[in-house]
Amino acid sequence: MDENNIIICRCEDLSLAELRDVIEDGYETIDEIKRVIRLGMGPCRGGTCLQLIDRVLAEYQGTGRDAIQQPTNRPPVEGMKLKEIAGGLDEI
Amino acid sequence: MKSKADAVIIGGGVIGLAIAYNLAKKGMDDIVVLEREYLGSGATGRCGAGIRQQWGTEMNCRLARKSMDIFENMNELLETKMDIELKQQGYLLLAFSDKEMEQFRKNLELQARENIPSREVTPEEAKEIVPHLNIDDVAGGTFCPTDGHANPFLVVKAYEDAARRLGVEINTFTEAIDITKEAGRITGVQTDKGFIATDKVVNAAGGYSCQIGEMVGLDLPVKPERHEILVTERVEPFQGPMVMSFSYNIYCQQTPGGPFLMGFGDPDEPASFNRKSSWHFLEEMARKTYKLLPPLGELRVVRQWAGLYNITPDRQPIITESKEVPGFYMAIGFSGHGFMIAPMTGILMAEMILGEDLSLDINLDLERFEKGDLILEPSVV
Ligand SMILES: Cc1cc2nc3c(=O)[nH]c(=O)nc-3n(C[C@H](O)[C@H](O)[C@H](O)COP(=O)(O)OP(=O)(O)OC[C@H]3O[C@@H](n4cnc5c(N)ncnc54)[C@H](O)[C@@H]3O)c2cc1C
Repeated sequence: MDENNIIICRCEDLSLAELRDVIEDGYETIDEIKRVIRLGMGPCRGGTCLQLIDRVLAEYQGTGRDAIQQPTNRPPVEGMKLKEIAGGLDEI
Repeated sequence: MKSKADAVIIGGGVIGLAIAYNLAKKGMDDIVVLEREYLGSGATGRCGAGIRQQWGTEMNCRLARKSMDIFENMNELLETKMDIELKQQGYLLLAFSDKEMEQFRKNLELQARENIPSREVTPEEAKEIVPHLNIDDVAGGTFCPTDGHANPFLVVKAYEDAARRLGVEINTFTEAIDITKEAGRITGVQTDKGFIATDKVVNAAGGYSCQIGEMVGLDLPVKPERHEILVTERVEPFQGPMVMSFSYNIYCQQTPGGPFLMGFGDPDEPASFNRKSSWHFLEEMARKTYKLLPPLGELRVVRQWAGLYNITPDRQPIITESKEVPGFYMAIGFSGHGFMIAPMTGILMAEMILGEDLSLDINLDLERFEKGDLILEPSVV
């Protein structure tokens, strides 16, 4: 299958081909790749793509998936609305 | 890695890379950049990336305006593969008292002399510019339509690519551990991957700049301070300008991709290297935003994070060569505005290192702190 048609990050609409491009550009860590092409930065917070990317990276680097450094998990875990967090305006 | 260099730059943030690029462009041959993690992993990749020209001192107006000129032409100047995503839809600075508004008027006079196209706005005019703004407590404001935002990751990438093309050696995941001296002069940098002989070192280590100072025996008047920030889900563009207030203490901007970025400075934040997010920030941020920009309450928070400001006593940077340790250069202490003046900082530091006349008059030395000659800049976050 054409790798341009394999979508790896749905939120940011990124294909496997685009991911391979940045890896070929020399990026070695998930943290860097996230920042250059925004993979995993969308509303699902990397739910799918971050599971896939370490496999692709490990393949390139000839290591196991365990050897790939995982990015920082950032709160909140589930997207909450600002007004829910604000909890009403009474206290302001 | 090179074992000998004309200059070693410690720090692969926007400042270190802008300096490396400008030095190489001016013809210096062997330049090495050391970055402990990946490029942009420090404050640069964590920042709001707002670019503002509305300042309250002549020097800052000039630094910011000339830097904006460079951002405007960066794609061509640096021949970037990726567009830096410069968005120029202005900064709306809000005043919450008449006293604050008076200060803003003084700033406007200064900005006009520097050809910065800012203007005063009434609360009603502010609401025309940002229709969802709650102007209940707003006393007035100023607006500069050419202020804006650029993608910090891509600006880093642009400087990186341009520097590499000119032969700069950039070593990521390489830490400077010590700086060696002989008879008061610098002789080299010890890294975790080997030694580099050099007589010029640039401290561009952001929040960690005090540690680099210690390596040459200097106790620099800088301290790290956590600043937090969050990003929401993306929505259709509906807020052009950055909305910012010093007194209400907030900045909030919709980035070109659609998400909103927002933050504020916690006045009680202690000096530390802590880069963890806090629940307190999230709550306070949500309250502030929901009150000032009510429709944003509907947005979901996608992520929050934190980075280090590098703070000086007057919240203005130090861009100078050390008098005590010749060959030790510093571009540090940028507090909350190092991204927006990085392009000019890169040029000025390169000129300083090469002994050229500076293209802009700056007085950002260390001695001002000893003499108590602090820069009185009213417009800082
Ligand atoms: C939340 C937040 C919001 C901000 N918003 C804005 C804004 O809207 N506009 C604006 O202009 N500015 C903003 N800033 C400030 C701006 O981010 C900084 O002033 C700027 O990025 C400083 O760049 P730098 O290259 O000096 O530092 P950094 O980007 O921190 O780079 C320093 C680098 O040095 C490396 N390093 C440290 N020690 C060593 C060592 N021993 N060996 C090797 N490498 C080392 C670090 O890993 C780091 O990558 C914000 C900052 C924060 C935290």
